[in-house]
Amino acid sequence: MTSLPKNKPKKKLGLVIDLDICVGCHACAVNCKEWNAGGHSAPLTDIDPYGAKPKGVWFNRIHTFEAVHEETGRSRTVHFPKSCLHCDDAPCVTVCPTGASYKREEDGIVLVNADTCIGCKLCSWACPYGAREYDEDEGVMKKCTLCVDRIYNENLPESSRAPACVTTCPAGARHFGDLGDPSSTVSKIVAKRGGVDLMPEQGTRPVNKYLPPRLKNIDKQKDQSAPRMLTHQDDSSDGAGLLARWVDKLLS
Amino acid sequence: MSFNPFETVKEEVDLSVDPADEVKTTTCYMCACRCGVKVYLKDGQIRYLEGNPDHPINKGVLCAKGSAGIMNHNSPARLQKPLLRVGERGEGKFKEIEWDEALDLASQWLGDIRGRDPSRLAFFTGRDQSQSFTGWWASQYGTRNFAAHGGFCSVNMAAAGLYTLGGAFWEFGEPDWELTKYFMMFGVAEDHDSNPIKTGIGKIKTREDAKFVSVNPSRSGYSAVADEWIGIRPGTDGLFVFSLIHELLRAEKIDFASLARYTNAPWLVIENPGGADDGLFLRDEAGHPQIYDVREGLVKNALDAEMTPAMAGRYALPDGRNAVPSFELLAKRYLDKQYAPEAVADKTGIPAATIKRIAAELAEVAFEQEVVIDTPWTDIWGRRHEKMIGRPVSFHAMRGISAHSNGFHTCRAIHILQALLGSVDVPGGWRNKAPYPKAIPPGPKPAGQTTSANTPLSGVPLGMPTGPEDLLVDEKGEPLRIDKAFSWEHPLSAHGLMHMVIRNAWAGDPQKIDVLFMYMANMSWNSSMNTKGTMHYLTDKDEAGNYKIPRIIYSDAYDSEMVSFADLVLPDTTYFERYDCISLLDRPISSCHGPADAIRHPVVKPDRDVRPFQDVLLDLGARLKLPGFVDDKGAAKYPGGYSDYMVNHERAPGLGPLAGWRGEDGKEEGRGKPNPEQIKRYIENGAFWSKPFPPDQQYFKAVNKGYLEYAHHMGWVANIEPIIHQLYSEPMQKFRLAAQGHGKRQPPERHRQRIEEFFDPLPIWYQPFEEDFLQGEDYPLHALTQRPMHMYHSWGSQNAWLRQITSWNRLFMHRDTAKALGIEDEDWVWIESRNGKVKGQVKLITGVNPQTVWTWNAIGKQKGAWRLAKDAPESTKGFLLNHLIDELLPAREGGKRYSNSDPVTGQAAWFDLRVRIKKCAPEEIEETAPQFSALGVPPNMPDVPKIARFGKKLTGTPKGAPVAAKEWIAHEGEVMSALRRESQKRILRQAQDEANAGKKNSHGEKNK
Amino acid sequence: MHPAKSVIFFTTASGAGYGLIVWLAMAALLNLLPLEAFFACVAFGLAFVLIIGGLLASTFHLGHPERAWRAMSQWRSSWLSREGLAAVLSFAPMGLLALYWLWPEQALLGQISGAMAWGSIIMALLTVFFTAMIYASLKTIPAWHSKMTVVGYLVLALMSGAMLMALLTMLWGYDGAGLFSIIALVFVLLGLGVKLLYWARLAGKKITSTAGSATGLADFGAVTLVESPHSTDNYLLEEMGFKIARKHAAKLRKIAVLFGFLTPILLLGLAIMLENSSLQIVLLFAGVMLGGIGLVVERWLFFAEAKHVVTLYYGEHAI
Ligand SMILES: Nc1nc2c(c(=O)[nH]1)N[C@H]1C(S)=C(S)[C@@H](COP(=O)(O)OP(=O)(O)OC[C@H]3O[C@@H](n4cnc5c(=O)[nH]c(N)nc54)[C@H](O)[C@@H]3O)O[C@H]1N2
Ligand SMILES: Nc1nc2c(c(=O)[nH]1)N[C@H]1C(S)=C(S)[C@@H](COP(=O)(O)OP(=O)(O)OC[C@H]3O[C@@H](n4cnc5c(=O)[nH]c(N)nc54)[C@H](O)[C@@H]3O)O[C@H]1N2
Ligand code: SF4
Ligand code: SF4
Ligand code: SF4
Ligand code: SF4
Ligand code: SF4
Ligand SMILES: [Mo]
Repeated sequence: MTSLPKNKPKKKLGLVIDLDICVGCHACAVNCKEWNAGGHSAPLTDIDPYGAKPKGVWFNRIHTFEAVHEETGRSRTVHFPKSCLHCDDAPCVTVCPTGASYKREEDGIVLVNADTCIGCKLCSWACPYGAREYDEDEGVMKKCTLCVDRIYNENLPESSRAPACVTTCPAGARHFGDLGDPSSTVSKIVAKRGGVDLMPEQGTRPVNKYLPPRLKNIDKQKDQSAPRMLTHQDDSSDGAGLLARWVDKLLS
Repeated sequence: MSFNPFETVKEEVDLSVDPADEVKTTTCYMCACRCGVKVYLKDGQIRYLEGNPDHPINKGVLCAKGSAGIMNHNSPARLQKPLLRVGERGEGKFKEIEWDEALDLASQWLGDIRGRDPSRLAFFTGRDQSQSFTGWWASQYGTRNFAAHGGFCSVNMAAAGLYTLGGAFWEFGEPDWELTKYFMMFGVAEDHDSNPIKTGIGKIKTREDAKFVSVNPSRSGYSAVADEWIGIRPGTDGLFVFSLIHELLRAEKIDFASLARYTNAPWLVIENPGGADDGLFLRDEAGHPQIYDVREGLVKNALDAEMTPAMAGRYALPDGRNAVPSFELLAKRYLDKQYAPEAVADKTGIPAATIKRIAAELAEVAFEQEVVIDTPWTDIWGRRHEKMIGRPVSFHAMRGISAHSNGFHTCRAIHILQALLGSVDVPGGWRNKAPYPKAIPPGPKPAGQTTSANTPLSGVPLGMPTGPEDLLVDEKGEPLRIDKAFSWEHPLSAHGLMHMVIRNAWAGDPQKIDVLFMYMANMSWNSSMNTKGTMHYLTDKDEAGNYKIPRIIYSDAYDSEMVSFADLVLPDTTYFERYDCISLLDRPISSCHGPADAIRHPVVKPDRDVRPFQDVLLDLGARLKLPGFVDDKGAAKYPGGYSDYMVNHERAPGLGPLAGWRGEDGKEEGRGKPNPEQIKRYIENGAFWSKPFPPDQQYFKAVNKGYLEYAHHMGWVANIEPIIHQLYSEPMQKFRLAAQGHGKRQPPERHRQRIEEFFDPLPIWYQPFEEDFLQGEDYPLHALTQRPMHMYHSWGSQNAWLRQITSWNRLFMHRDTAKALGIEDEDWVWIESRNGKVKGQVKLITGVNPQTVWTWNAIGKQKGAWRLAKDAPESTKGFLLNHLIDELLPAREGGKRYSNSDPVTGQAAWFDLRVRIKKCAPEEIEETAPQFSALGVPPNMPDVPKIARFGKKLTGTPKGAPVAAKEWIAHEGEVMSALRRESQKRILRQAQDEANAGKKNSHGEKNK
Repeated sequence: MHPAKSVIFFTTASGAGYGLIVWLAMAALLNLLPLEAFFACVAFGLAFVLIIGGLLASTFHLGHPERAWRAMSQWRSSWLSREGLAAVLSFAPMGLLALYWLWPEQALLGQISGAMAWGSIIMALLTVFFTAMIYASLKTIPAWHSKMTVVGYLVLALMSGAMLMALLTMLWGYDGAGLFSIIALVFVLLGLGVKLLYWARLAGKKITSTAGSATGLADFGAVTLVESPHSTDNYLLEEMGFKIARKHAAKLRKIAVLFGFLTPILLLGLAIMLENSSLQIVLLFAGVMLGGIGLVVERWLFFAEAKHVVTLYYGEHAI
């Protein structure tokens, strides 16, 4: 475990996040905090929680962006949740001097061992995505665990054996599964929707994928005449002609 | 652990920690959506909250607020003990008193005025969910001065719906999320149906055959994911909808058959200008409305089964009067060219081409993409229909429409559009939720025309007037209620005008009161207009040095701003510590699939000297010996407290607060004797009861025989009669006739013109009042608030987690608008209205109507409240737009100042606000304004931690008996995963379809 | 990046310490200086104080300093681990070299002195190299992700070490003082060159990542942040979101160049030209002190000017 697992994990558990649906409600972020506050990385300490500069440990955060296309003038608002992407080539693991940061061989989940972490913060410098969370109070690094203490948990009903952020998302914008298996549902969804990597140029090969917003009906709009525009049945400006037609309308 | 510097220590992760000693289910109360929640308890503390997968509302999901409920429950702002004011009002200086003393005091104050004049008590409640109980209390007490928050919330929406369709958007209806193909949402940021809307939008968005259009000046939240966003100019939706109607009428894309059968479109309206019956429906002796039968060539009962009604034409009546089908009036009005797309484009900010296209899309989906369900059903006339045919266009609207002074008419306009498209309660359309639809308008009428000492009201204080005779006015036509509800100023104010109570009580207009009793409403801050003024009204004294509002009793669970303004504070529990009842008698959790109701029950014990407010109210009722609260011997009727009431109270024989497991054996639903085991049954079932309608009762409920019979059994409708949609509103015309000088009750002269103008039986559009009054003055921008999805009004800011997401708000503004004003991103600005100015920082965006600025609602806090530090961003940078909103309109000719509300319903016109923006001088930046002196903290409040380590002690395997968590496995619903599987299947199905069709993938554009 | 005091102190101080060791070892190898115990005490003492002080300082910013020993385990993959290991191992040759200088007559020490000198040079440079690689290996901070970072750390360590060496030898009035002054001058000039190149690279650096690539939304247009996940700063922003105004940075660069390089060049140049040893001492002392200030400012800027790609999620457009 000094470095990344020698045998690249075949199973790549991760999340697929649908930016076409995410309404930016923060439910995933808060339920994540709630589950994990008492979970593997407990607590998720909050500093100055009722004061001037509240800040705490969160494994998942929601940003909101606008993307404005200069040429077409098309503009979109996109809510953007982000947690650890459980990268295949996770730099946060290789920089760690203690081995506290590691990637599980079984399923590719990247975790921190709070018993051996020295709190040097280097992993947080190495992660491009801001997915490492330093707990000032405990002096150790924490991060999204992919709810490792949930997804295999035999004490939970099966419907709960998925990451908290996934089960709680009211819009259904989050999916969880094995992205190493091309026949898995999540892999198929990624293929169908053209799922993307964040900052591929960083070479981290993230497992989590993002489904870009769809332009489903927007292109139709440019063509204001689609669908078939309505034809007016009468052109008298006050509708007198129409009313006359309707006098004889037989309805029962 | 060994000391080997070269060792890589492998972590042993416990993958199967038992997370709970016990899992209980109850109902969330972080907002009004009322989801089912599973509470994981460890060592007697709440460790985790999870959506209940079996629950009909949220099916396993939980929103941000719901998940953060733990932190509200653990908030250091929780009140600890009853408080009696010792300082001046507004200072927040209190001493703790015992409950006995508190209740003695309250019953002494209340008993005293009840013995003199019960209407000297004003009892107003806020965001609570027990209005059928509090309203009943008020009526047994005998005061007409009661209402809940509806008047400042969305009564336009409720009233417009109830006077038109017998149901409304708000909490009374929802789109047919599974089947709809065209979903149009007007002015919604979040709404009460918080989770179902999100789930529904998620469903629509993952279907290829559905489109979601959001009409909203702002492109945040739901609008961000809409397939089309229409950035309308605030207050102009009426024009937009009329224009759509104009287009549909001209193209004859109207569901004439449905109009003829299910609406009053063919009903004959008397044309008798100047007559007392002008504009009323032609009725026979029995009072039945009439139609003109084209085939038979005669006028006949509109409710007959067989008819061929005329939709247009003028018909001479034997007595010489003329009558026209109301549809003709409707069509004439909206065919007028003032509603042509080109004519409204400028005012609405929507290009004519877009309006035309949307009309065409609506028509296409409604009339060419019918949804057919193979379920036979029988209509109220006994006719069997082999199939359920639906027009899969659905609408939803909320406060963006209703919180304007023209909101009532705009809401009605949307309902009329629905009816014209034939999409009301049909497959794929918009559907009623039980117990709706109700008769139009539903009963009862408001009670309280007379009140007397020690005497209950003749009915409940709130109701639905159908004509001037139902108003609560004195012989001069002046208002009787403290909020002037049901007066000529706002005749159809079905939910009262909570936003006017404090101002009117201070002014003694129309009367003085002795005690203001409030529950769960932060009235000194974010739920009032003109906050600064309101603080003044609450603290102002007369010459003798007495407060103008002599006594204020208030129940809150937390140290909100309002607490500091109370004389006597009755501390409530948190929602995990008490019984509550989410009843079909008031605002149930039903969906369109069937009725449902729910309870809360204590899942943890209070660790403070607090009492559930409902228990307190029962106790007060018993101490005051209110009828219904005591038995014949004068002993408390519900000694067991609220749970006792929930089980044993009967509003009518067999009808109680809870519908499930009634009858002695618990086998009856809706009606039945009280069942002592009822609460137990609820708890076993996950704290709710729900019953899906059989398939043949799912749709067309207004005329569905089976459904109406069931509704009658359940006590939702008084009679088994068709509910005919009222496009043309006769009650409106009755008020107008009174203004024209007809009838026994006529408005005082100064209100006549206003009544005549705004009581149009068909929807009209007019410029919102504020904008109209300010014509010529330089307030060029609309200013709006929106609810953040993760905060509930003011009560989210005490939450250690939620406030990390938003602890201060900015003013969002269009880049181009800012540029023209020389304002840059993050600049501090003054936001000025005719009522004052506030200071804040701007954030420039493109997704907003350029004539509109907006901010998050209720983030700004008064210093010292909610146990937040004095330098918390909520009070140093966060601002409240409410300071800018006047509760009164500028004086009209004659000096009359109406409330800043809709003239029909009294709905608070929050979103009429007009402002101008000015860059702050450099020395003015860094702190918001206005600032107020910091509120005091009640005695013996718990310490505020500098570091919070929630969860630290709740890890690992529990100490208690670890059985109940596992019980859940047996009980497991699997609904949640089913829900997700469903959405995944949808996506994959499309993939398959597309592969088959050889189509480019929908994101093909990206790969170019 | 947030310029943490402990890390600034650590890198500058231990850099100077290792630099001094390199030059001491050189001197030993080339027999440039007499093996005087008092000098050895002071020179090696100073070097060790700087190195150990720096290392200690670096543990201050650890959440768990008491576990610092664990940091050596991952030398196979982690530059930080390698640095830690090298730092610890380097004490062996450095210590032995110091002992040899104190007791040159000790035969065993004498025998291995050459090897220890080489060992010290290699280990000192290696440690500085590893330190530099911690920064240079971070793709997430494009300003650092370059050979220039490594060259800079090595040259500045040798430069600050040489200046100390020049001052010390001058204090003792050794013959080598002149040579070390010239070496110091050369390295200050080199240092200036390296730093100017570093800044030139920063100015001309191509964009690595954008808000578009960070969000995957590049195809939809220019991406700007509308709302941060939190309305107050979180750990990420405090640690990685440090922002320095362009004007401020320019001023500090001038200070760094003036104190760290130009003044030492002037002072060293003067010292080389002058004959008066006490004046030389004053000049060199001033050079060391002012240069030290300059180097601290340089190191502060090294952090403050470096942008982390995570800020693309918090309002930055391109890095
Ligand atoms: N500018 C602007 N102002 C608005 C609006 C807007 O859109 N814009 N919206 C308006 C609307 S629609 C509404 S409904 C109002 C809402 O305004 P309010 O009804 O005043 O809502 P809150 O601010 O949440 O205040 C409710 C109070 O209930 C207390 N409370 C919470 N839980 C409990 C409990 O369990 N028991 C008791 N006894 N008290 C409890 C809280 O501490 C708080 O003091 O705001 C209105 N104000
Ligand atoms: N998270 C959360 N949920 C809540 C609440 C909460 O405080 N927080 N409060 C609850 C309560 S009490 C209520 S009443 C509901 C209200 O739920 P919403 O009706 O969703 O309330 P608002 O947030 O006021 O949203 C009003 C929307 O209308 C838009 N708008 C304003 N003017 C116009 C207009 O003229 N035309 C159009 N088309 N749009 C316009 C605004 O941009 C905004 O998006 O939410 C309930 N749910
Ligand atoms: S819960 Fe779902 S919809 Fe809400 S922010 Fe998270 S991903 Fe988006
Ligand atoms: S996202 Fe960051 S923390 Fe997670 S694996 Fe990748 S580099 Fe590591
Ligand atoms: S902070 Fe902890 S996990 Fe991160 S690199 Fe340092 S020791 Fe490893
Ligand atoms: S997978 Fe678990 S830990 Fe990770 S973001 Fe989701 S809820 Fe949080
Ligand atoms: S929507 Fe409302 S009731 Fe449902 S979980 Fe969220 S806060 Fe609770
Ligand atoms: Mo509301």
